[in-house]
Amino acid sequence: MSNFLNDKAVERLRIAGALPEFSGTRYMLQEFLARGGMGTVYTAQDKTLNRRVAIKVLDSPDPHGALEERLLREARVLAKLEHPGIVPVHDAGTLPDGRVFYVMKFVEGSRVDQSVAGVSSLPERLRLFLRICETVSFAHSRGILHRDLKPANVMVGAFGEVLVMDWGLAKILQPGPAGHSEEIIVSTAPPPDTVTADTATQTSSPTQDGMVMGTPGFMSPEQAQGKSSSLDARTDIFSLGKLLEVMVKPAKNSTAFRIPRVLRAICEKACAESLTERYGSVSALAADISQYLDGMPVSAYRENLWERTQRFYVRYQAAILLITVYLLMRTLFVFFDRH
Amino acid sequence: MNKIVLGLLVGALLGAIDGGTAWFTPAVRPAIVGIIIGSTFKGLLAGVAAGIFARKVNSVPLGILFGLAVGFVLAFLVARLQHGYYFEIILPGSIVGGLVGWATQRYGTPADATAPAR
Repeated sequence: MSNFLNDKAVERLRIAGALPEFSGTRYMLQEFLARGGMGTVYTAQDKTLNRRVAIKVLDSPDPHGALEERLLREARVLAKLEHPGIVPVHDAGTLPDGRVFYVMKFVEGSRVDQSVAGVSSLPERLRLFLRICETVSFAHSRGILHRDLKPANVMVGAFGEVLVMDWGLAKILQPGPAGHSEEIIVSTAPPPDTVTADTATQTSSPTQDGMVMGTPGFMSPEQAQGKSSSLDARTDIFSLGKLLEVMVKPAKNSTAFRIPRVLRAICEKACAESLTERYGSVSALAADISQYLDGMPVSAYRENLWERTQRFYVRYQAAILLITVYLLMRTLFVFFDRH
Repeated sequence: MNKIVLGLLVGALLGAIDGGTAWFTPAVRPAIVGIIIGSTFKGLLAGVAAGIFARKVNSVPLGILFGLAVGFVLAFLVARLQHGYYFEIILPGSIVGGLVGWATQRYGTPADATAPAR
């Protein structure tokens, strides 16, 4: 067949052949959106509510039920995380051909790195980052690690909403009956232009120590070493640090701003090799960013006297200028009054 | 602390200090107590106005501008009553208003639970 058709045509035929059959459901398939190791995401029309949705479907029926169970568990994790920063799940079910699917909100927007490229204000970028931290902190408070935080998995929606996507590699930290943490390792559906660790996203078996999952460049050292059992919130903090590096990086050929030393120190602390040197929680990382935005000292950086003076001046610039003008004026009045 | 109460206190304090600087002008030194009381009252009014403004508008530059304007108007009225010392009263009085405007924007509890202006 490849003698007659080029690779693109073959791929198109393959995708068309694998399209799920939604007859008998309230959804009408529209187009392919993204593909992962185990599932594919399509856009569809919800015929009842007349709205566009995104549907994640298993690539093929699963006779053993393990993949089905994982996809449904991913849907349940998303359903458990009701937060403005997390895509809501609307529905889940089984197609006539036996494939399991779940339906989520269709998000129109752009990746966070593409979105911040058009933002020249560093504080604006940092406020965007704080919203990501809020979402991840919320997930941690519910005992869930994301484990795949990267620019491709954070979307900025049409209304400026920040959404943390793709919880396919999520890990539930609460201990199960056997004392082990329950894990969800579902193939994810990353956008086609993103770089992901294929070994991770294509896996369909439970995570065991030694199995590497995540995205190179964003996953923590312990994650890269496959130490699955020792992962905790600090693993996501490492990825958040890497994400912060990307988000505060000025655009090429831009002289809008340079990354301040304090922010570099925050990134370094978040991305420390050693777990003990990293921030203990996402809220601690967010607190440092907020402190920086407020012109206050941060835990990640010990400033010298000159830097402290500079920060003080920047923080109280308006008041210092007004007081200086006032004092100068009063001095001049006294001077002229006496002469 | 409520922004209006904060404005009132800061305005009164800065007004009193501003009035106290009249001591450096020997010609008006005998009337220093009256000047301090009047200036305190002027600062207090400017502070309340800036506090009310800060509850409605969350912007440091606008708060300073509003404070400068209120300070200017009040100081102008005082100078008018004095029939003199226009520059000595209006210019510092406006700056005191600006400072109160800055303080009410930066500090104090807003009417709703929004983040403080930066």
